[in-house]
Amino acid sequence: MNRFFSFIRLRALLAKETIQMRRDRVTFAMMLGVPLVQLMLFGFAINTDPKELPAALVAPTQDRFTRAMVSALELTGYYRFTAMGTTAAEAEEMITKGDVSFVVTVPSDFGRRVERGDGATMLIEADATDPSVASGAISTLSTVARSALQREAGIAAASPPVEIIVHRRYNPEGITQYNIVPGLLGVILQLTMVMMTAMALTREVERGTMENLLSMPATPLEIMLGKIVPFLAVGAVQVAVVLIAAKAVFDVPFVGSLSLVLAGIFVFVLALVILGYLISTLARTQMQAMQLTFFFFLPSLMLSGFMFPYRGMPQWAQLLGEVFPLTHFLRLIRAVMLKGAEPATVAAPFAALGLFTLVLALLALLRFRRTLD
Amino acid sequence: MTDNAITVTGLTKRFGDKTVVNDVSLSVRKGEIMGFLGPNGSGKTTTIRMMCGLLEPDGGDGTVLGYDIRRHRRAIKRRVGYMTQRFSFYEDLTIAENLNFVAGLYGMKPKRQVVRDTLEDLGLTARKDQLAGKLSGGWKQRLALAACIMHKPDLLLLDEPTAGVDPKARREFWDEIHNLAQDGLTVLVSTHYMDEAERCHRIAYISYGQLIAKGTVAEVLRDANLTTMIISGDKVAAAARALKGAPGVDQIAPFGATLHVVGRDGAALKASVAAVAEQTGCTAGPAETSLEDVFIQLMGSAEDNMQ
Repeated sequence: MNRFFSFIRLRALLAKETIQMRRDRVTFAMMLGVPLVQLMLFGFAINTDPKELPAALVAPTQDRFTRAMVSALELTGYYRFTAMGTTAAEAEEMITKGDVSFVVTVPSDFGRRVERGDGATMLIEADATDPSVASGAISTLSTVARSALQREAGIAAASPPVEIIVHRRYNPEGITQYNIVPGLLGVILQLTMVMMTAMALTREVERGTMENLLSMPATPLEIMLGKIVPFLAVGAVQVAVVLIAAKAVFDVPFVGSLSLVLAGIFVFVLALVILGYLISTLARTQMQAMQLTFFFFLPSLMLSGFMFPYRGMPQWAQLLGEVFPLTHFLRLIRAVMLKGAEPATVAAPFAALGLFTLVLALLALLRFRRTLD
Repeated sequence: MTDNAITVTGLTKRFGDKTVVNDVSLSVRKGEIMGFLGPNGSGKTTTIRMMCGLLEPDGGDGTVLGYDIRRHRRAIKRRVGYMTQRFSFYEDLTIAENLNFVAGLYGMKPKRQVVRDTLEDLGLTARKDQLAGKLSGGWKQRLALAACIMHKPDLLLLDEPTAGVDPKARREFWDEIHNLAQDGLTVLVSTHYMDEAERCHRIAYISYGQLIAKGTVAEVLRDANLTTMIISGDKVAAAARALKGAPGVDQIAPFGATLHVVGRDGAALKASVAAVAEQTGCTAGPAETSLEDVFIQLMGSAEDNMQ
């Protein structure tokens, strides 16, 4: 046999590796499953040019010109009017919540002015927290809407075109960081909190210290709290760092109330840490815990609206996105930080996060092996 | 009942379709050192874990220190010290930190005093800030024992405490166990070292999940009713070959230059050995049956029962 390389030795090594790979089911499933998940998500769910974005119409008099505008906007494929005839206040609430991406306001004298050719204006407010979402819809505005209106009015070419005023709300300059940095807070917290907690308990099992811990008088609740509280403290430091950096380095505006943001972060982190704890009751080794964490982390990154616009995804992917705490957290923090949402406006994401925490905690306590069975 | 620290009857545990512990009944008197013997994978650890509330039995009942092993697990944990087979304190904590942790979990007061005394008893005061993971096997074992008895338990369950420990440390360990028993502590210790079995007041032997012998060492030896012959000479290897399968011969084991031959049927064994000794020119004589011989015999017969 050759001193430096022998096929026989290599074959022995390859055979051993193959057996080990097959035996570690979780890793094997991950290797086959992750590419499949990625393929499905990237291939079908992700769309960087979202269409059919929800819009609200504020139009006191819905004449034929208004209707023509609405249908022309819908014809572009970018707008889908989900709320017609709302008041300005209702529409404001909806855009703050993120229920709609646009508010189209047609003043009551719009029709008259069009007919008279007297400088008709309409206002389109776009939620520009994620600049990429709004840009496509805004770019089509001038041409399509105008031509549609002219056709409807049968107006002579001489009449001045309708002026469409566009407000890019919350992020007039279209700065991507405004959207990304608050989101990053969620992503950073998610990765560290879930992974660290998941590993912490599995380490006890792997090193055999769990057996000892269980044979001493400590209750599951105590063990769980003992594991979770230190990571809550780590999370608090991370939050402080990111929030200070957002302000000092990235210049992200902070419109809403700090205490509301902190309350949201607290519930979110609690949900994450408990999720990590739950993973640690499922995984047998630290390696498995890490893999399970990533299995959760990856789709949540893609489907939560952090990496790609949530509105751009098909219905099924949006539904799937609702399953991740990150989705709700992003809605919450963007609404409060960038849009200055009031507590009542973000009640829905708060409730969703609270529900996560509750359900996960219940599952974790049930899953906890009081015995070694 | 009041005289027993442990009373279990019909204890059974299954993992999947494998019965790991099958119908084990055992009692350990207060203040007694009970040796729990058996080959690897015979169910010793599982039995001990059921006794201290770490595993739920699939069948059978029992009391430990008067508490029901199914319903009073919390109470049992408070009064029992359990030393696991593998070192299961925190290797990334120092000796003092480990002891502090345990003292805290049991709510011992005054904590500092308790920990200081324990370190003093251990002779580890000078090294208290050393990481537990850096300790040698013998010291790890002493630390684990100290941590297990810090809360002054009434019963000590030791799962192969001396595995991988040098003879001197083992000797000291057993001296310590006897000291503790003299003070009234009950000890159930699993091992597969025969010399350790002989240091126990009573022993119980488990094989393939079944308890197959119990009593004092003398009783177990007597009940086994084995005959042992010793053969010496130049051609013991030839004698060993000739004895294989001979009538009355159950075990042949070389010990240095001699051969131990063990069997249940004394008369047949003696006849076979005498014939072979003559044939090979070796000398043969009677010898004392050792506990090891008995256990190997028991293992063999337990295996037969399984088939």
